[in-house]
Amino acid sequence: MRGDTAAATPRLSLRGIRKAYPSVVANDGIDLAVVPGEIHAVLGENGAGKSTLMKIIYGVVKPDAGEIRWEGRPVEIANPHAARSLGIGMVFQHFSLFETLTVTENVALAIDGAKDLAALARRIEEVSQRYGLPLDPRRLVHSLSVGERQRVEIVRCLLQQPQLLIMDEPTSVLTPQAVQKLFETLRQLAAEGCSILYISHKLDEIKALCTGATVLRGGKVTGTCDPRNETASSMARLMIGKDLPVCEHAEAAAGGEPRLMVAGLSHKSDDPFGTDLEDVHLTVHSGEIVGIAGVSGNGQQELLFAVSGEEPLAEPFPIRLLGVEVGRMHPGRRRKLGMGFVPEERLGRGAVPNMSLAENALLTAHRAGAMVRGGLVRTDRMTAFARDCIEQYTVKCGGPDAEARSLSGGNLQKFIVGREILQAPKVLVVAQPTWGVDVGAAAFIRQALIDLRNRGTAILVISEELDELFEICDRLAVIAKGRLSPAKRTRETNVEEIGVWMSGLWPGAHTDDLQPSAPEVARAAQA
Amino acid sequence: MRLKLEARPAPSRAMRYLSPLLAAVLTVVVGFVVFSALGQNPLAAFRAFFVQPLSSTNGVAELLLKASPLMMIATGLAVGFRANVWNIGAEGQLIVGAIFGGGVALHMEGAASSWLLVAMVLAGALGGMVWSAIPAFLRTRFNASEILTSLMLTYVAALLLSYLVHDPWRDPQGFNFPQSKMFDDALLFPILVEATRLNASFLVALAVVAAGWVFINKSFLGYQMRVAGLADAAARYAGFSATRTVWIGMLAGGAAAGMAGLAEVAGPIGQLTPSISPGYGFAAIIVAFVGRLNPVGILLASLLMSLLYLGGEQAQMELRLPSAITGLFQGMLLFFLLGADVLINYRLRVVRPVRVAGATEAAT
Repeated sequence: MRGDTAAATPRLSLRGIRKAYPSVVANDGIDLAVVPGEIHAVLGENGAGKSTLMKIIYGVVKPDAGEIRWEGRPVEIANPHAARSLGIGMVFQHFSLFETLTVTENVALAIDGAKDLAALARRIEEVSQRYGLPLDPRRLVHSLSVGERQRVEIVRCLLQQPQLLIMDEPTSVLTPQAVQKLFETLRQLAAEGCSILYISHKLDEIKALCTGATVLRGGKVTGTCDPRNETASSMARLMIGKDLPVCEHAEAAAGGEPRLMVAGLSHKSDDPFGTDLEDVHLTVHSGEIVGIAGVSGNGQQELLFAVSGEEPLAEPFPIRLLGVEVGRMHPGRRRKLGMGFVPEERLGRGAVPNMSLAENALLTAHRAGAMVRGGLVRTDRMTAFARDCIEQYTVKCGGPDAEARSLSGGNLQKFIVGREILQAPKVLVVAQPTWGVDVGAAAFIRQALIDLRNRGTAILVISEELDELFEICDRLAVIAKGRLSPAKRTRETNVEEIGVWMSGLWPGAHTDDLQPSAPEVARAAQA
Repeated sequence: MRLKLEARPAPSRAMRYLSPLLAAVLTVVVGFVVFSALGQNPLAAFRAFFVQPLSSTNGVAELLLKASPLMMIATGLAVGFRANVWNIGAEGQLIVGAIFGGGVALHMEGAASSWLLVAMVLAGALGGMVWSAIPAFLRTRFNASEILTSLMLTYVAALLLSYLVHDPWRDPQGFNFPQSKMFDDALLFPILVEATRLNASFLVALAVVAAGWVFINKSFLGYQMRVAGLADAAARYAGFSATRTVWIGMLAGGAAAGMAGLAEVAGPIGQLTPSISPGYGFAAIIVAFVGRLNPVGILLASLLMSLLYLGGEQAQMELRLPSAITGLFQGMLLFFLLGADVLINYRLRVVRPVRVAGATEAAT
């Protein structure tokens, strides 16, 4: 197959693309070619220049030098509109959706001449059904989870029947089953002649899906390969220049005291599209990491808000922190008791985009860092804490005065995780610890969490990445439709079992009021 | 073809600070055009408007006198504005502050003690806070927009003052004029410069600006308010109370406005009358934004705004221009500032519908 396609005219070819920003050369002499029907991986760590390159192809960023050819003809892609006119679609890593509009309205904005919203909604439903990306077109985007928002982006692209589809880290929020389904979709699209540029750092995915790969490091091409003939470690060496770091993970010491207890938490969501939590039970002991798996939108957000205190409950008893009933307390008081929290969104929630890292250290570490005296901020303490955090967690940035928004996603996440860990929390709750973070940083963050566990902290991780949960967790539970499964020791379960649980079918689940069809019950009984 | 505003990737930092200056220059330029259109010699008009008010000791004293309430109120408002608490009703809070403080003066007649003035200032601040507490309560309890409630309460306050000076607090020896008795001299702010009206309330205003600077830039509470304004979800995540943010934001503005109101009646006016402020409470909103919500900037902006008031008066007297000229200049200043701010963050682009043919044409 590769022999055939190599002879064809590339749908897109790049030659000598260069883009320099004031502080960094993002792309330096990049060559790349994609033929029709090829799924081509662009592989590289965060900051390797993948996103810039894709933005150049999509017309968002103008290259300083180099040539772009489309179907063999040189073109200049002035803006995304021109790119779409050529037949290029892109699913961004950072979503470009309007939160106050519905799914249909968001899609309509990107499509020329989409006037009949009802018809568009039907098409969205059709496409989302066909490609296994369930989506309700009437919902407002702000009520969607990150995973669901990504579905909107993907469906929006597919509606335009692109010739070249660029996908930036598309699988980070999908279940294993959904990833397989997406791969089927992509293979189907490729078979129909669509070219796909697949940006990722997940080597096993690339091996399973892609037929060609270009590897970037530090803005330069370090190699091209056929992923099917490579091993994960050989590609990793091309990508990061050394072997993949592996987390060291010994068995958790048994017999830790229970530190975080969720006992019979039921909570009606204020959001009409939200998920109601129903009778959630969970205990996290000192010295263990408990993971919660699940497809996004199954109550993770609601559970996190309840545990962190960002949405306090009406009753104090359902959540106990170190023996104290904290259900009604706001996050500040829970932090005072020894809780740390890393939220899913980094910019705007975990950090204030327009404030410096030092000021962002003050956000949650003012108690532990003794940064306030007599109501006034002690700038020296605040800056020292930030500098410490930057050094210990190898955050690449311009120093404590750099604005949070100037950091890459991975580096900001390292800063936020570092900020929370440096406060020596007794309980740490982490949502999506490595979402969109490159392999090196991800391994670093995971190791930091394991080290913290070894020092006796109780850690709760909520993630949609199963590999990650299996890598770091001592026990695993699954959340589905607002209910939580019992936690099972990670060593006694496997991806298949957790995958089945993700649809709400675990032993002893209250399946009666979920009203499943008879065949579903039968399948559950067999499982 | 249509016009489109496009976010600039990196808004210039320098321009953020220069834009108030740019707005001031544009205001002057358009002012020239307006003067010419009114048949005035623009240079003479310019002199009357901007130079003459500053050409005497008395003029400078008046400048500082009028700048005092503006800087005081704008600093108080900036505390709230930074946290997205939009108190538009400073004018009403000013009036209620004057009522409270003036009430103390009227009821303590004869008990002259220098501490009484302090009590009046505190009563003024309290009055402003009471009035701003109403929108704060409505916002935190019922989620009612403080923009509307605080604005509407301004008219309630004006009518309340009108009622008081028409009936219960009217001076019996005042020939039926709707005004209270004159306050005892001992209850007025002492004059700072002989033969001018500049009084010690200017020092109070400077103190408020200094306190505001410390609060906004150095205090932890001020930091929390800034976080609430910049990233709502981050404030919630960190456990900063949104309710407290609204209360502090409203009360700071109310207290400052109330003190400014007291300073008017216990200063240049010397009694309660139906109209005690030429719109300081509203002009202060402009001052706060021209000063970039930063007390140092507010200090400078209040001087500029005060000059517009004086220039407007001068223009009325010398050039026989209508009094609306002051409001015109204030409005232009805010308009150009907001316009400059938009263009700092966005750029205007002409968008032509792009077709595939167009894209390939452009390429070859």
